[in-house]
Amino acid sequence: MGLLSKKDSKLILDPLADNNPITIQVLGICSALAITAQLKPSIVMAISVIFVLGVGNVVISLMRNIIPSKIRIIVQLIVVATLVIIVDQVLKAFAYTLSKELSVFIGLIITNCIIMGRFEAFALGNGPWKSFLDGIGNALGYGVILIIVGFFRELFGSGTLFGLKVLGDSVEKTGLYAIGYENNGFMVLPPMALIVVGIIIWVQRSKNKALIEEN
Amino acid sequence: MALNTEKNSYTVIFAVVMVIVVGSILAGFANGLKPTIKANERYEKQQNILYAMGVNENEGANDVEFIPTERVEEVFAQYIKKQFVIQGDEVTENDEAYLIDVKKEEAMAKNGDYERRLPLFLAEKDGQEMYVMPVRGKGLWDAIWGFVAVDKSMTVEGVYFDHKGETPGLGAEIKQRFFMDDFEGESFLNDGSFSTIKVAKGNNDPKNEDKTDNEVDALAGATITGDGLTAMLRKDVKMYVPYFKKLN
Repeated sequence: MGLLSKKDSKLILDPLADNNPITIQVLGICSALAITAQLKPSIVMAISVIFVLGVGNVVISLMRNIIPSKIRIIVQLIVVATLVIIVDQVLKAFAYTLSKELSVFIGLIITNCIIMGRFEAFALGNGPWKSFLDGIGNALGYGVILIIVGFFRELFGSGTLFGLKVLGDSVEKTGLYAIGYENNGFMVLPPMALIVVGIIIWVQRSKNKALIEEN
Repeated sequence: MALNTEKNSYTVIFAVVMVIVVGSILAGFANGLKPTIKANERYEKQQNILYAMGVNENEGANDVEFIPTERVEEVFAQYIKKQFVIQGDEVTENDEAYLIDVKKEEAMAKNGDYERRLPLFLAEKDGQEMYVMPVRGKGLWDAIWGFVAVDKSMTVEGVYFDHKGETPGLGAEIKQRFFMDDFEGESFLNDGSFSTIKVAKGNNDPKNEDKTDNEVDALAGATITGDGLTAMLRKDVKMYVPYFKKLN
């Protein structure tokens, strides 16, 4: 990356793999389980979190020297809530069908631990540009996992991707279903998301032994 | 001058200023966008009513495509012949009946001796008259609602369901074509008396060929949403029954 210094690009790239908020820090699990039954909401959730975390980190970073430490958590909450409400209102006004589809997910961004975690751990102690990169990086890391989980859950759970029947029609018994394949209904239930995330963590750690903690 | 951010007075002032700033930003946004949002909601209602009666832009077998917002007002005026408000025994015509907030009416009727206003739309499609009524109930997580289009003998012509926050992939499937289409041809009357259409599990009729059983096949993994939908139809469609009895 010619645009960014080595340190800066590390801020973006680290959370994508070796310091991923979901698989390494195990933050933001709640929403990762809730919304990944299908691919499309996963992607939109990822985009929304990129916006909220990117902008929120910059706002908190700009205010970091004037926030009274006694109420800093409340201030962070207010910033997240404000951004989320703005996203929600703008979507309602200009992308009504999309906002209907996402309904609760947008509100759920407020409860995403990654956002509060990055505000507290990074933006309060670093400048706006670095905070912006850190926010985007972490949101991307979160989004990547969301999309991977959403892909497998929708494919094996419903036999579709983006609602398209890629494996054939399960009622009409065409495509794969003609030879006896069945959808795994368990995949659309939240516990399976946890198992998929677990498998990703497993794969990641067995590829990179440095990530394995010693007890 | 270095700020002493630890002082109590500073904390209080900061909190107050923050609240005022954030409050004004949000109020500004809400006010500025309100007309657009309101219009969107109005168009959506018209689109839903039209969808329930089978006026849509569906192409593929799984599409749920509404009449586009730019044209919906015109199409709505073209298909909806009359709008009624039923209040007790009184039936009045009202061109803005579709704007009645079913949720508010329900709450007001619950809280006191208020006779709730029931909107009903008389529509005509391909020379056939049908009636569209709104329904509203509870799913698993939050509200579910919709519109049901029936003919004079309360046989379903079409439905539209929607939800606020049902589980994606499970309860949220109530707004899919394959589920909504199942209702077509089912009836709310069984030998002349009201009988709701049930969302039934294991009814031995998954392709829904039997149209006289007052049942449609349930969605796997969405038991509570399905039960809520059954309860919603029972509760809300029933209120219209006296009106339909008078028609026949």
